[in-house]
Amino acid sequence: MKYLCLVYSNEKQLHSLPESPRDEECMAYAESIQGSGRMLAAEALESVQTATTVRMRNGKMSITDGPFAETKEQLAGFYLIDAKDLNEALQVAGHIPAARVGCVEVRPVRQLNLER
Amino acid sequence: MSGVSVQARVEQVYRQDSRRILATLIRLLGDFDLAEEALHEAFFVAVERWQRDGVPDNPRTWLVSTGRFKAIDVLRRRARFAASRPLLIAQAEALEHSDWSDDDVEDDRLRLIFTCCHPALAADAQVPLTLREVCDLTTEEIARAFLCAPATIAQRIVRAKAKIRDAKIPYQVPTFAELPERLDSVLRVIYLVFNEGYSASMGAELTREELTREAIRLGRLLMELLPEPEVLGLLALMLLHESRRKARTSSSGELILLDEQDRSLWDATMIAEGCALIERALGLDGFGPYCLQAAISAVHAEASTAAQTDWAQIVGLYDVLLAGVPSPVIELNRAVAISRRDGPLAGLTLIEAILARGDLQDYHLAHSARAEFCRQLGRVTDARAAYERALALTRQAPERRFIEGRIKGLE
Repeated sequence: MKYLCLVYSNEKQLHSLPESPRDEECMAYAESIQGSGRMLAAEALESVQTATTVRMRNGKMSITDGPFAETKEQLAGFYLIDAKDLNEALQVAGHIPAARVGCVEVRPVRQLNLER
Repeated sequence: MSGVSVQARVEQVYRQDSRRILATLIRLLGDFDLAEEALHEAFFVAVERWQRDGVPDNPRTWLVSTGRFKAIDVLRRRARFAASRPLLIAQAEALEHSDWSDDDVEDDRLRLIFTCCHPALAADAQVPLTLREVCDLTTEEIARAFLCAPATIAQRIVRAKAKIRDAKIPYQVPTFAELPERLDSVLRVIYLVFNEGYSASMGAELTREELTREAIRLGRLLMELLPEPEVLGLLALMLLHESRRKARTSSSGELILLDEQDRSLWDATMIAEGCALIERALGLDGFGPYCLQAAISAVHAEASTAAQTDWAQIVGLYDVLLAGVPSPVIELNRAVAISRRDGPLAGLTLIEAILARGDLQDYHLAHSARAEFCRQLGRVTDARAAYERALALTRQAPERRFIEGRIKGLE
């Protein structure tokens, strides 16, 4: 089953606390997940200040600056993994280095229900 | 066998084994609702079949096997109508070819407990789900015990089951690495059930015996399956508290404090079992807060009168407890123990420090303890104000009457 692990943290603190992970550690962890065969994709994101939100309403696209909601913690990156169940996904998510300063939301990927 | 005695036998098997059979069916079917349906169909068939063919040698195995076939039928029936047909057929076929053995049955019960208490489930759903699935309490019984509307409880259970299914919370005993955190969650659920029964948080009655009984039963089951020190500690703690049930309330339902209880009413069998468990647990590696709290309870249990209580030992145990789990409530209890060792002024100083830094402002027991110390020190005005604050924070009728009695006693 696929799970999306969304890494949230206060982006001002993500890189500045004593326990903050360095990029090398993040890369090493991503490689270890890759090595275990459970990795589908993972990326770190630019600051939320670079975010743009689009909506389609009545055929018209509206574009707003910023994330969809202003929150104390921001989406900083994600892992898309393949895990046997939620317990395995939580183990992978809990060891993402940024989980030490932020948090990781784990969401099962829904299979689209397509009828032929 | 006559119809009446077959019926009675089926009922007996249901009482004794229905949760074990359900747990195995959930593992085999991977679906709570389907397992419940299969369980009921299996018992339904048993009444008729056992009458005709006699009661099988191993009724439990017979019921699991029948439930499994009933589930295959249900999946096939659903497949006839559903859009997700290939998936259901595959599920039915996989089930038909799956093996199961009776050896896994005890593990299945443990799996069920760990699944119902999974920390990924909403905290307010873990307790009702456990009581429903593991203890077989009805939604109405759970709702009554927690003074909630049955619809609220039913909704929490439905949501929890949906999350188990959709997020794929596995039906398994956690691995060694996950165990400490996962076990905490199970112990917390059991202790919540117990506390709600031991000291009902609202309403007319002081205790709800059926909840403490279920909690102790869960504690015993968990110990049988997983004899970790904290599991022993929690069971000991519950038994030692429960041993005082008869002494805690007067015949008219009024609260009686530990000091004023008639200790001859304490249940000696429970005390002996609790003390033996705690002795065993403290000899193992990895004892924690439940063991220490049980040890404190055991010190009380061993004193034949309140005056003989070894307060110095209790203070020492609170010190160890507080070092492991810093918590203002434990600090409050320690302050009470210190007041018994060193006098009310020592206790009052500690409680006032806790309140001054903003903790326990809304906890009625902090204010009633403060009131008690003020009363003992002759500070009547302070005592009255503190009792009144405690009264304003208490929702439970006997406790309210108790505080009102104390306020009257000041005059």
